[in-house]
Amino acid sequence: MGDMTIRPEDAPKVNHIVSESEVREHTDGKAAAADTGTDLRITDSTLRDGSHAMAHQYTEEQVRGVVSALDRAGVQVIEVSHGDGLGGSSFNYGFSKVDEFQLIKAAVEEANQAKIAILMLPGLGTVHHLKKAHEMGASVARIATHCTEADVSIQHFGEARKLGMETVGFLMLSHRASPEKLAEQARIMVDAGAQCVYVVDSAGALVLSDAQERIESVINEIGRDGAQVGFHGHQNLSLGIANSVLAYQAGAKQIDGALCALGAGAGNSPTEVLAATYERMGIRTGIDLGEVLSAAEDVVRPFIPRLPWMDRASITQGYAGVYSSFLLHAERAAERYNVPAHAILQKVGEYGYVGGQEDMIIDIALQLQNEAELGDFAGAGVR
Amino acid sequence: MGSVTTKGTAAIVGPGNIGTDLMFKLMRRSEIIEPRYMIGVDPASDGLRRAASVGLEASHEGVDWLLAQDELPDIVFECTSAKAHAANAPRYAEAGILAVDLTPAMVGPLICPPVNLEFNMDATNVNMITCGGQATVPMVAAVSSVVEVPYAEIVASVSSKSAGPGTRANIDEFTETTSLAVSSIGGATEGKAIIILNPVEPPLMMRNSVFCAIPPEAAEPGELQDRILESVHAMVATVQEYVPGYHLRAEPQFDHARETWRGQGRIFVPIEVKGRGDYLPDYAGNLDIITAAAARVGDIMIARKLGVQSTWKSAAELSDLGEAADAPVSDGSEAAESATEKAGV
Repeated sequence: MGDMTIRPEDAPKVNHIVSESEVREHTDGKAAAADTGTDLRITDSTLRDGSHAMAHQYTEEQVRGVVSALDRAGVQVIEVSHGDGLGGSSFNYGFSKVDEFQLIKAAVEEANQAKIAILMLPGLGTVHHLKKAHEMGASVARIATHCTEADVSIQHFGEARKLGMETVGFLMLSHRASPEKLAEQARIMVDAGAQCVYVVDSAGALVLSDAQERIESVINEIGRDGAQVGFHGHQNLSLGIANSVLAYQAGAKQIDGALCALGAGAGNSPTEVLAATYERMGIRTGIDLGEVLSAAEDVVRPFIPRLPWMDRASITQGYAGVYSSFLLHAERAAERYNVPAHAILQKVGEYGYVGGQEDMIIDIALQLQNEAELGDFAGAGVR
Repeated sequence: MGSVTTKGTAAIVGPGNIGTDLMFKLMRRSEIIEPRYMIGVDPASDGLRRAASVGLEASHEGVDWLLAQDELPDIVFECTSAKAHAANAPRYAEAGILAVDLTPAMVGPLICPPVNLEFNMDATNVNMITCGGQATVPMVAAVSSVVEVPYAEIVASVSSKSAGPGTRANIDEFTETTSLAVSSIGGATEGKAIIILNPVEPPLMMRNSVFCAIPPEAAEPGELQDRILESVHAMVATVQEYVPGYHLRAEPQFDHARETWRGQGRIFVPIEVKGRGDYLPDYAGNLDIITAAAARVGDIMIARKLGVQSTWKSAAELSDLGEAADAPVSDGSEAAESATEKAGV
């Protein structure tokens, strides 16, 4: 892949919002992950966020194949869990085909250099799940709450640190909180033991400066304690990569992606595109571009039932600010109750439902079905 | 109604939102229990001041003060923390005071009034599970009384404003205690519980989803399904006796059996709980349902002790209760087993 290597001086001019000195700090490799000689760390979530797009039907063989390819490509952190985090296997979110702890164990066995991360949502997963994941060999605990509810994670950060795990906080649906509010919530997580806090654009709703302002605000609050900031993007408005570049320029040190964008809604920032874009900009991720392109094309692409895509339903999610994993649930309810999926998602946005409230989709579908029936009467001249 | 002259006395320990709502509920709704003491530990507590202003004896000197009174209460409602109740429980027991525990301490049996109170009438300490447990266990029990439920799962969505610091600091206790109640009292072989906090304004009403795995034939229209629906509607009416804001948000939904559900069918029961607004706002149905359940348990147990009729229960039910009261204290699984004859399994 030598012909694809772009030197830093060839990088295109980007719209710098941060100062020269900050950019130098970000590109000289001292600030982040100094031991690995990289400027930022990419966490691949194909085997966690991608679980949504796979309707949680991952097999152990698929997990081994993906971990092995990512590990070879130099990806440093690989997240493996049910899409809704540990304990997510359920009626509400979909049952896993294979027990997630078995998948985590397989991932740990396949990885030579990469750390295996897990996601957990307090209220759904518990400390019990966290301990079990640790026993299987997971070493990074990513703990997620709605962006205004960070205090429910305090006990889990404490426990994760006690287990000796690296800790990452995940503020979901970050578009729903102001930059100031997010900073305040990030502070709660750091005080509880988080070593990094992510601005998580679960709905793919943050538009460029919306993402960057939030990253800056969180860094201003927790950066002085040595805590890092991360960004998790979705493609619902096609801005996952652009937001990730802006996030890096604002000082983010951890960025999430998924191979082939495999994730909820219109998918995540594709890991292989992140790697190519950062390399083009001279930003070191430690990822071998050729290997990661192969991982996407040769390992993941063949087993994907349906590539994530920006269609009417997923664009509506980005536009209306709806948690991306609601997509397939809305499509299923649409089919069951004969109402449009995008109309369900629009209502979810209006009502302000948060991650985890997949059950509300049934309520909305029933409501729309009733309205449609009344509409039919109206159409027939009944008033 | 209104003929009761002797009342039992109650102490409420913990003058926070829950304790205050419970105080108003007992004052307004119970003809059996008179709230007499409000106990806290902070002299500056608004809750103590409020209790004193409506005529209770309020003290910030804790349970030591309460137990030093010449006239001890018949019943104490613990609205503090699991840790505090674990320490206080033996002292109440020694003093012969019935304890109704609204914390997750689980010193005594888990109780959901319409499902298993009748089997635990001789208990001296009862635990009120969680708000989500009070809202969902009756529905699981309603389904499991008709068909086998190998797995039940509940999702409780509550407004952020109604989730206090205790719930937030110990959210695992919610999921674990509720899961246990869904199986041990609800009658499901396996239980799972999820809680979601939503900060949207105006605050959302407490909303609970109950999913039960059911035999494939029960998911299809027919006699069995009709009996499940009948059982669910009857149970909703029973809960409404003490939580008027408890209702189905929509008719239960049945889904055909699926391979990914281990070949089982599914029933989905959406429950909304509007609070009664005794002290807390109406969106806080989650707090209302646990204080209402605690008040009802207290009312029924103290009525029996005094040999009078609980005004929250019909005469027929009370006479049934009298017989059941002789039964040994049972754990929840037995209660669920015997609640109603199972059919079709």
